[in-house]
Amino acid sequence: MNAYSVRPTGPMVIDIENITKDYVMGEEIVRALRGVSLQIRRNEYLAVMGPSGSGKSTLMNMLGCLDTPTSGRYEFNGRNVADMDDDELAAIRNREIGFVFQTFNLLPRATSLRNVELPLIYAGMDPEARQERATQALTDVGLGDRIQHKPNELSGGQRQRVAIARALVNNPSIILADEPTGNLDSKTGEEIMALLEDLYQRGHTIILVTHERDIAAHARRTIHLRDGVIEMDHPGFIPELDAAVAS
Amino acid sequence: MKRFLYELEESWRIAYAQMRSNLTRSTLTALGVIIGIVAVTLMGTAIGGIQVGFDKSMAVLGDDVLYVTQWPWKPVDDWWNYRDRKKIQTEYAETINRMIAATPNSNLMVAVPTSSLMRSIKYGGNEVENVFTLGTTSDFTVTSTIDCKEGRFFNEIESRTGAQVVVIGYDVANVLFPSESPIDKFVLISGHLFKVIGVNARQGTFLGLFSWDSMVAMPLAAFNKYFNLKNEVDVRGQNQGESDVRVKVKDKIKLAEAKDELTGMMRRVRGLAPEKKEDFSINEQQAFKSTLDPVKNTIAIAGLFITGLSLFVGAIGIMNITFVSVKERTKEIGTRKALGARRRTILLQFLIESTALCLLGGFIGLTLAYFMCFGIGKAFPSFPIQFSFGLVVASMIVSVLTGLISGFAPAWSASRLDPVTALRYE
Ligand SMILES: Nc1ncnc2c1ncn2[C@@H]1O[C@H](COP(=O)(O)OP(=O)(O)OP(=O)(O)O)[C@@H](O)[C@H]1O
Ligand SMILES: [Mg+2]
Repeated sequence: MNAYSVRPTGPMVIDIENITKDYVMGEEIVRALRGVSLQIRRNEYLAVMGPSGSGKSTLMNMLGCLDTPTSGRYEFNGRNVADMDDDELAAIRNREIGFVFQTFNLLPRATSLRNVELPLIYAGMDPEARQERATQALTDVGLGDRIQHKPNELSGGQRQRVAIARALVNNPSIILADEPTGNLDSKTGEEIMALLEDLYQRGHTIILVTHERDIAAHARRTIHLRDGVIEMDHPGFIPELDAAVAS
Repeated sequence: MKRFLYELEESWRIAYAQMRSNLTRSTLTALGVIIGIVAVTLMGTAIGGIQVGFDKSMAVLGDDVLYVTQWPWKPVDDWWNYRDRKKIQTEYAETINRMIAATPNSNLMVAVPTSSLMRSIKYGGNEVENVFTLGTTSDFTVTSTIDCKEGRFFNEIESRTGAQVVVIGYDVANVLFPSESPIDKFVLISGHLFKVIGVNARQGTFLGLFSWDSMVAMPLAAFNKYFNLKNEVDVRGQNQGESDVRVKVKDKIKLAEAKDELTGMMRRVRGLAPEKKEDFSINEQQAFKSTLDPVKNTIAIAGLFITGLSLFVGAIGIMNITFVSVKERTKEIGTRKALGARRRTILLQFLIESTALCLLGGFIGLTLAYFMCFGIGKAFPSFPIQFSFGLVVASMIVSVLTGLISGFAPAWSASRLDPVTALRYE
């Protein structure tokens, strides 16, 4: 279907090697990731699948520099994340990573425009340039006529569009979307996926977490997590193969 | 730097939106600060008023006048050493004036004698009891500024001849002559008639300190003719009336030299041998001030401390509500961190929120305090109140500091939140 004919050869954006993540819960230690290695190049479109609790979100948080691994090596754009201090991590999240959440996570009292402007404020951009960029990003996701609306004045699909505009407004190296369609009906979900497809076509790098095969089918590469390890990493989405893994 | 400004602006915006959407909660919290600021500001105005009233009363003494008295103007432990000192005689003034005239380049200008005791004054059916009755010379106007609302102070001829004339204080005039001009009317003091030739302009009283408003002044010669100081002994056996000599100096910069010169003169007047200790005291306004300053400062500190407590309670309210706000918006904090907010960004945001609340409270409190001062000033004109621009600035600074201090702990905890934990928070 959508499979690559050849593996992409762009520069390496993400390079993780043997990453583990343990959560200490009192006596018990939850081993959310048990040695994950993964390489992602520019303009890849990767779907992360796996059963609930398999560590998908944990991996995403790690890739998004929101969390630090218990062990293992993580290089982002050639820089070792372990060496970075808090401010540097914040700068990476601000400029290099765009997050899209299942629950949208928009600021409730701010308009679409201000929500999208937020990463630009943290980047220190001038008000005029900021507004222009944010308006452009909103127009790009088809919300040019909704920039003064607050989240509660928008539909779920529109909210997720605002969130996507916010994620890409700073022109990040990668977009991380953790179940972006999880709270949307399938039709709206498809619209969002079309938007991501468009971003991919324009050269963005996208990493997507999902349970749903239909959604994962949009990606050009799929990894399956189970119990904190990558069980399978294959180009394209092959339904039969996936079914085999799922069973 | 630019980024800081943008983040600051964003924080103010959020703080404003936050206050608007939680109006009741914000108002109630700000109420604590409002009460605190009103209390502190009113105390501040009272302290300011005390200071002004105090300075005004001190000005009566004059900062370029030396006072020769039996008792020093400061508390003494060995009062018995002073009790038996010889009284100061009004005649010393003449002697000193002669010495001044005989001294080339004297630092002193003129010596003025005063005698005083308490007397009742009558006019028609009106009477004022316990009026500070002063006998002096016309030179008195040199040592003290006397503004006459009507009429004039007595002149040198009246002074020398002991004319039966008086200058009366503002309050005295008001009681004795509620509906007519006192000038050229005759008042009765201890059975003797005195013609009123002047009324002092209003000076205002303060904490019972001396004020011209409740006194009368007459030529010393007339005073000596009708009143006898030695007979003035009250129930406690203390001499009620007393005399002293005040000396105006030429240049207040050389007050210390003038004081030395006057001490020398007084030693000669008293005929003291060089090894003898002085049996008189020479005082100046400053000495009086420095004995009262600690009292004044204690009042100020105690007052501010007590009212400060109410502000403290307000600050705890702010801290509490900021903690609640941080808790409620944990997920938002996570989102902001994911979008690139640094720790200091989050810290700033919540500091601004608590500061905005305090500023709002401070502003309302200050406005209330202003109107209350205005009301109190109208209702009790003699109550010392001083509302100043400095006070406005000080209250605003206190409000901001309160906001920063009370918001710091919650804001710090918000800035330290782990992004993933914050994002997972429901
Ligand atoms: N903060 C935490 N403290 C303790 N355990 C955690 C924490 N975060 C995740 N875990 C555990 O780590 C494992 C992986 O969680 P994760 O959220 O990555 O799963 P997931 O694959 O995203 O699941 P789902 O599809 O339900 O979102 C789970 O067993 C979870 O309970
Ligand atoms: Mg998950």
